[in-house]
Formats: sequence, C-alpha cells, structure tokens
Amino acid sequence: MPTHTPTLRARHRASALRTLAFLSPWLIGFGVFFAYPLVSTVYFSLMKYDGFGVPEFQGLDNWTYVFQDYPMFWPALRNTLWLVLVMVTCRVVFGLGIGLLITKIRTATGAFRTLFYLPYLAPPVAATLAFVFLLNPGTGPVNSVLEGMGLPAPGWFTDATWSKPALTALALWGVGDLMVIFMAALLDVPKEQYEAASLDGARAWQRFRFVTLPNISPIVLFAVVTGVIQTMQYYTQPLVAGKVASGIIGGSGQQFEPGYPDKSTLTLPQLVYNLGFQRFDYGAACVVALVLFALSMAFTALLMRRRGGLITAGDR
Amino acid sequence: MTQLLNAPAPPRTAPPEQRPPRRKALLEWIAVHTLGVAAALFFTLPFVFVVLTSLMSDQQALTRDLVPDTWQWENYRKVWDTPGFLTWWRNTLLYAGLGTVLTVVSSLPVAYALAKFRFRGRNLSVMLVISMMMLPPQVVVIPMYLFWAKQLDLSGSLWPLIIPMAFGDAFSIFLLRQFLLTIPDEYLDAARVDGCGELRTLLRVVLPMARPGIAAVALFQFFYAWNDYFGPQIYASENPAAWTLSYGLESFKGAHHTDWNLTMAATVLVMAPVILVFFFAQKAFVEGVTLTGVKG
Repeated sequence: MPTHTPTLRARHRASALRTLAFLSPWLIGFGVFFAYPLVSTVYFSLMKYDGFGVPEFQGLDNWTYVFQDYPMFWPALRNTLWLVLVMVTCRVVFGLGIGLLITKIRTATGAFRTLFYLPYLAPPVAATLAFVFLLNPGTGPVNSVLEGMGLPAPGWFTDATWSKPALTALALWGVGDLMVIFMAALLDVPKEQYEAASLDGARAWQRFRFVTLPNISPIVLFAVVTGVIQTMQYYTQPLVAGKVASGIIGGSGQQFEPGYPDKSTLTLPQLVYNLGFQRFDYGAACVVALVLFALSMAFTALLMRRRGGLITAGDR
Repeated sequence: MTQLLNAPAPPRTAPPEQRPPRRKALLEWIAVHTLGVAAALFFTLPFVFVVLTSLMSDQQALTRDLVPDTWQWENYRKVWDTPGFLTWWRNTLLYAGLGTVLTVVSSLPVAYALAKFRFRGRNLSVMLVISMMMLPPQVVVIPMYLFWAKQLDLSGSLWPLIIPMAFGDAFSIFLLRQFLLTIPDEYLDAARVDGCGELRTLLRVVLPMARPGIAAVALFQFFYAWNDYFGPQIYASENPAAWTLSYGLESFKGAHHTDWNLTMAATVLVMAPVILVFFFAQKAFVEGVTLTGVKG
C-alpha cells in the first residue's frame, strides 16, 4: 500500500489541477465580478459616498433612508408585487394557451410557430418604442380602433392606472419563450394517458385538468418562478416606456426621474440607477441592490430546492 | 358529443360511427385555426403598424391614418444618414460579436468540467453558477462601475461590458453544461483510452458533438449584447461615440420629437438584423430555449 500512495496522491493532484485549469475562467469571473462586488456592495451600504473623496461610515443611515424617507422605494416594491401577481400570471396562462394552440394546429404549423415566437426576439428598447407608439393616445392605431368600435380609449403609458396593463400587453406580445417551453412539455405527455382518459369518458376539460396539468405542472412551476425572478430584474421596458411616453429623453438621462407616470412604472432596478447614477448616493443605491439580491436569491433557492422537474444541480 | 364519441365501441358496422368524429374533427379544426389566425394577428399586427408608420410622410405620421398615402422609402435613408447611426451599428457589432466569441471560448471548458469531471464542490459550483445567472446586474453595478471607471478609467467605452465575457458567462455555462450532460460518457472514455488528454477530448470529441449547444449559446449571447440597454447606459452614456443601437435608439426619439415615422424606421432597422439571424438559425434557437433548464 505505502508504495502506491505517492503516485495516487500525484494523480489526485494532477486531476485537481486539471479541474482548476478548466474552471479557471469562471473562478476568476466569480471572484472579480460576483464575490468581490457583492462584499463591496455590503460595505458601501454602510457608507456615505458620492464617488469623490473618502467613503464615510454612517451605520444604518442608508437603510433607514431607503425604507423610511426615499419616496420611490415602496411604490417600486408595490409595482413589483403587481407585476408578479398580474403580469407573471397572465404570461404563464397565455403562454400555456398559445403552447396548447400550437400543438393543435395542423396546417402550416411551422409558419404559425415562427409568427408566435418572433416578437420575443424583438430588442426590448425597439419593442417598447413600438408599443408606446401603438398605444399612444393621440395617434396610436390601437386607440383609433378602440374608438372606432365605440370602446373607451385609455391613456396607456401616459396614465398611471393603465401603464402597468400596457407593460403587460407588451410582455404578452413577447410570450414566445414560454410557448416553446410549454410546447415541448405538452408534446412529452404520454399519448396513452389521453387515450385511457378518453376511454373513461373524460371530456376535453377533464383531460386537460387530470392528464395534461399533472404532467406539465413542474414546467408551470418553473415558468412561474423564473417569471418572478425576471420581474425582479424588470428594467429596460418600464424605464424606456416611462422616458419615451413622458417626452423627456436625453443621452445623459439626468433630467428624467424614472417612474412616469406618477411612479407607476418604477421597479427596484430603476432605483439603483436613480440613487447611484442620478443622485450619486452610492450608499443608498447599495441598500436597494441588497434588497434586490435577497429577493432574487430567495426565488432562485426555490427553483433549486425542488427535487426532480426543476433545475437540478446534481447528477442526472 | 365527446361522450358519444368515446362510448365503448360495440360491435357495430363502421359508417354510422365514422360520421360524428369526422364532423367533430372538422369543427375542432375550424375552431383551432380561427384561434390560430387571431393569435397570429395579435403577434404580427404590431410589426405591420410599425412598418406602415415608418413609411409615412412627416405630416401623415401625425394623423391617425393606418396606411401611408405615399410610401416614403427615403425615411430609411434619413435614419441611416443620421449622425452616429453607423457608429452605433459598429459598436453593437463589436460588443455582440467579440463578446459572443469570448463567451463561448471561456464558458465551454467550464461547462465541460462541471458536466463531466468528478470533483468535490461540483454541485456547489453548479449552484453558484445558477445563482450568478439569476443575479440582476443592478445588484453589483455600483462597485463594478467604481472599479471600471475609477480604477481602470474605462468608462465611456464598451470594454467594461466586453472584458468580463472572457471570464465565463453564467447563463452560457449553465446552458452548455445542460447540453454536455446529454453526451454519453462512453464517447469520452473511448477518447481517453486512446490516450487523449482532457483538452484534446474536449476539442476533438466533445466540440463537434456539442455544436448545436454552442450555436444556441452563441445566439443567445449575441442577442443579449444586441439588446442590452442597462450596460451601455451605465458605461457608455457619457460618450455618444461608444453608444450601441439599443441605447442610441431611445435618444433617437428624443432628437425627432414627434416624428413617429422616423422613429419607427429606426426601430425597424434595429429589429431587422435580429429577425434575419433568427431565420437563419431557427432550429438552434428553439433547441436552446427548451434547454434552458427544463428537465422533464
């Protein structure tokens, strides 16, 4: 035995080195672009710092400022809750519906699938600009049609009540990612189960409820949880929509206070931008960043803890 | 009708049985395709209205008309000739192109190790990759900005966005790992028995088999960079010469106030490349979407 030990150890060391070598790009990236800035964010959340001079320790002042005095924090959190409840739900239901529809379509399936999927690919800034135009109350085609049919024509992105529904419409337009995921899941449901259900006299709704849903429920959960995580990161669309609809635009972005109209499109990531890059209050910006971090990680943990269907870190 | 259809079939003659199902199938076909056409309208009409408006004259774009009286193709020329537009194109191509190459090269070995090597801390590493993937970029942006702007003096350029891509991208690593897991170990063992080192195995055996996965990752990364707004906003906003299309497009609306026609023409020009790329690489893309974590 003792004679074998050195070679074995050497081999172990070689294999460990090899693993390290393969992982090295990510290990460096993890340290420099994740671990270090995360620790640094905690540090700055306790400091008063505007980018010049030396950071000054001020305990939990930034935290009380954000939670008590910063007028945008609670509206942003409320909006996020609204978006999680309404936008995520609508997207999952609509995505599942479109997925079901595409599995039923027998003629020109490929063409339909491509048409349904394309909007998902539209660059967010371009798609948002398009929707601000389509839904603009003055000359927008949507309101022209609505008025033509004698229906009420809301102000959409210019009206605090309707700005989030307008963003939801934009999100539904880009439902292609969920459609593809649901389509794959639906096609995986064993055919025999449908046949067995049919033999038992199950109607269409019952087949959906007792065969389809149980089979795809892990995917539904996956869609919901990733939807929530995406909502935490929701940034470009609400910011650009607010900017463009308000008519205030500029490269510097200095003069625009995010959230137009009336804070109704504020989301947490926009607060980091507002505090850090418009008010130069890096400390308070880091507080919001940490809230965002905690929320994202809580839902990510949910995604990873489920055994089986969801993302699995372990072996197959 | 369903009950009738599904009733246990008694030994009867075929014709009376056949008729109801066919009729039902026809009705279902009509219902499904009506819904399909309605959905297709919902997904395509926004594109149609955007294109139609982009071809209107300045005056007509201020009206509620839906179809241009005269087709103003020179709107696209005007947009193309806008100062800066070509620079935005070049910057976007640099960010998306170079960024994609760097991401693939740096992420593949990591994904390979996470999928095929056995080592302590592997599951933990995968979980950390997933956590990084789910991390909103805004969480670490303050220290990162200070790092790039104050320590390295690189703000006003896209380098703070491109350089990190040489150090593995969490989403790409995750996606590639998911793909590599589907490659049977026997292929790798065979290569190892033949005396291939791991790097050789990766390049000679895994790389050719992983081509669809790599294509999907490259596409996602290209689109990510093309679409990125937050990154250029943080690092490039102070220097218009470093703007990308996604960032510049928004300011375009500002410069043209109410000229929806020109703004929509610019919007089309930003959307078009993405859609073209998609048509060339549709299969890889759809495969990639289904790979993003769904393990049924």
